[in-house]
Amino acid sequence: MTAAPGVDHRHASVPPWRDVRILRVVAQVAAVAAVAAALAWLGGNLVTAMSERGLAFGFGFLDNRAGFAIPDSPMPYEANDTYGQAYLVGLLNTLFVGVLGILLATVLGVVVGVARLSDNWLVKRVTGTYIEVMRNTPLLVQLFFLYFAVLLQLPPVADSIALPGSVYLSQRGLFLPAPQASPAFGPWVALVAMALALALLGRVTSARRKATGRRTPPWGRIGLAGALGAAVVGWFAFGAAPLTLQVPELGRFNFSGGMSMSTPFTAILIGLVIYTAAFIAEVVRGGIQSVRRGQVEAARALGLSEGDTLRLVVFPQALRIIVPPLTSQYLNLVKNSSLAIAVGYPDLFKVGVTMSNQTGQPVPVIVLIMGTYLAISLVTSLLMNAYNRRVQVLER
Amino acid sequence: MRSNLMPVVGITVLALVVAACGETAPSQPAGSPGAEGGRLDLVRERGQLICGVNGALPGFSFLDQATNEMSGFDADFCRAVAAAVLGDPEAVEFRNLTTDTRGPAIQTGEVDVLIRNTTWTVARDTSWGLFAPTTFYDGQGVMVRAADGIASLEDLADATICVQTGTTTELNLADVFDARGIPFETETFSEIEQTYPAYDEGTCDAVTSDRSQLVATRTTLANPDDHVILDEVLSKEPLGPVAPLGDDQWFNVVKWVVFATFQAEESGITSSNVQDMVGSEDPVIARLLGGEGDLGLGLEADWVVDVISAVGNYGEIYDRNLGPGTPFELERGLNSLWTDGGLLYAPPYRS
Repeated sequence: MTAAPGVDHRHASVPPWRDVRILRVVAQVAAVAAVAAALAWLGGNLVTAMSERGLAFGFGFLDNRAGFAIPDSPMPYEANDTYGQAYLVGLLNTLFVGVLGILLATVLGVVVGVARLSDNWLVKRVTGTYIEVMRNTPLLVQLFFLYFAVLLQLPPVADSIALPGSVYLSQRGLFLPAPQASPAFGPWVALVAMALALALLGRVTSARRKATGRRTPPWGRIGLAGALGAAVVGWFAFGAAPLTLQVPELGRFNFSGGMSMSTPFTAILIGLVIYTAAFIAEVVRGGIQSVRRGQVEAARALGLSEGDTLRLVVFPQALRIIVPPLTSQYLNLVKNSSLAIAVGYPDLFKVGVTMSNQTGQPVPVIVLIMGTYLAISLVTSLLMNAYNRRVQVLER
Repeated sequence: MRSNLMPVVGITVLALVVAACGETAPSQPAGSPGAEGGRLDLVRERGQLICGVNGALPGFSFLDQATNEMSGFDADFCRAVAAAVLGDPEAVEFRNLTTDTRGPAIQTGEVDVLIRNTTWTVARDTSWGLFAPTTFYDGQGVMVRAADGIASLEDLADATICVQTGTTTELNLADVFDARGIPFETETFSEIEQTYPAYDEGTCDAVTSDRSQLVATRTTLANPDDHVILDEVLSKEPLGPVAPLGDDQWFNVVKWVVFATFQAEESGITSSNVQDMVGSEDPVIARLLGGEGDLGLGLEADWVVDVISAVGNYGEIYDRNLGPGTPFELERGLNSLWTDGGLLYAPPYRS
């Protein structure tokens, strides 16, 4: 820390208060001390304020009975369960919306991004307008619009729109038939799994054949044929079909049976997807445009089709540019999912707010929520960074 | 990433260590009441009372379109406290709070008093703030569409029920329905402005809240006459003002402002006759109106005169905001004086 003047003879005559090396160190130490002091002041404030009001900081409340019901729970949950389980419900819902949202937003974003560069005037303008509108209006406003002005304006549940295949659409959500396992399901799955295992073995042996040149029986094809055969034969062999479709039926108030996508879930998912996809589309467009024209011309000269040019030449190079900003869009999507509170979808944040309210323990709950979002974001970046390393060019 | 994170982690750890060691050092944030120099002095110094209200509940606290002022039963109790402390019922800054923000607001002392149709429970009494006497005895009810032909809670099996999060209502709903084995779905919102429109649009088959709130918000629905409130009452919901924890003097002020409105009604003191009653022969009335000076609250001797001239006694406040002549026409019921078979009972105002 203390750079002794005199060691370096060229600067021997410079006094310490004018020595750049010393000044740099001093400035850094001062900055760290200032930040630490500010944080310490805030932390100390919190500690005294909480102790003054008799509030203890702890997570013991997570074992207490929650007492409130949560709609849209992906796991069995009832009011008698603990706050810890309520938190898990919220976490699962956030992860569910996050993962599904990222997948759908990526697909939509890539399609729109490519379409934006289309030579077709109409396609170019439509996608351009979509991107500008979505990127330049607040997400919360879009969510409110989607929820109150679009989804809630669908017909009430009694007059649901009946779509082919026992699918019903109403302001309560989308109700679909769900596959239901019968007693024959277990044996059938075992049969199919066996055939699939054979197919997997086939891949291993074929890899060895390619490596060693030794002939092996075509296990892969046998396994695949077996899997298909087992699936078809098994379906009829066990007397009862292993999977039956459970059709939603309208009860007194609502549909029961089958699967459903509730309106709040639909609102937050669609809202996040179309909002984030607009940003992803711009990222994709930028990535594609960064690939030098010569590459496309060369691909054309080789006789590659338009699709193959994009798939084999442009995208692999564009990915290097696309992936880093794409990561931040994914992180944004996950963090923006906390706006689910506006449409009543019980994600991590909404359940957390209810918890902090009912327990009267806002500080531990907020710390818990922040820690969880941080963990989700860090894992997302970790995965994306790993992927990024794979698509980058190895510098030789 | 690692290189970015390490200094942050280091500084945080350092800060926590310093915070833990220097626990004696930190100063009070400005505006927060310490043990000494209580909230009564703070409010006087500020010259204004910060009162946490709902702001979106007709009858209790809402912005009156005609006068452009906060109006309602709860709002009038804010004015009563301001009149008692500052002598001016208009020296109130109303803060609109949602069910999610009201707890922290009173816990941290952001608001001087919370008068936001808030139910008194043991957990809130110990972790939020001290509950002054109940100003409105309510119970949880359920509102449904008349056309659905629902007569009892059992008819609501498998129905979707709209409810506000962070309320006792939300907890009672699960308690009562689970106890009776009635399956139900919920749809939860944190604001009144989301809950009732969602019910009105048809996302829910029923909406549950305090009965007074259902009566009040029914008037805001598209067709109020299409909705009925079931006779069944699910719970006890005593609603009253809340004062921050740890300030006995301020809590006593809020408490006795409420009692004064009860006692004034019992003694027949109204906003129109209060000036004539000062110096009354009746010792109870004379004491209440300041005949024996300050009895320990730290207020002006004649603070009750200020309160009653400003907002009237309890009966006047009730009738003006909720009683006959208002769109709500709520019966007094439990909210009558004990002499009329109700629950309003003020301890003696004397030394």
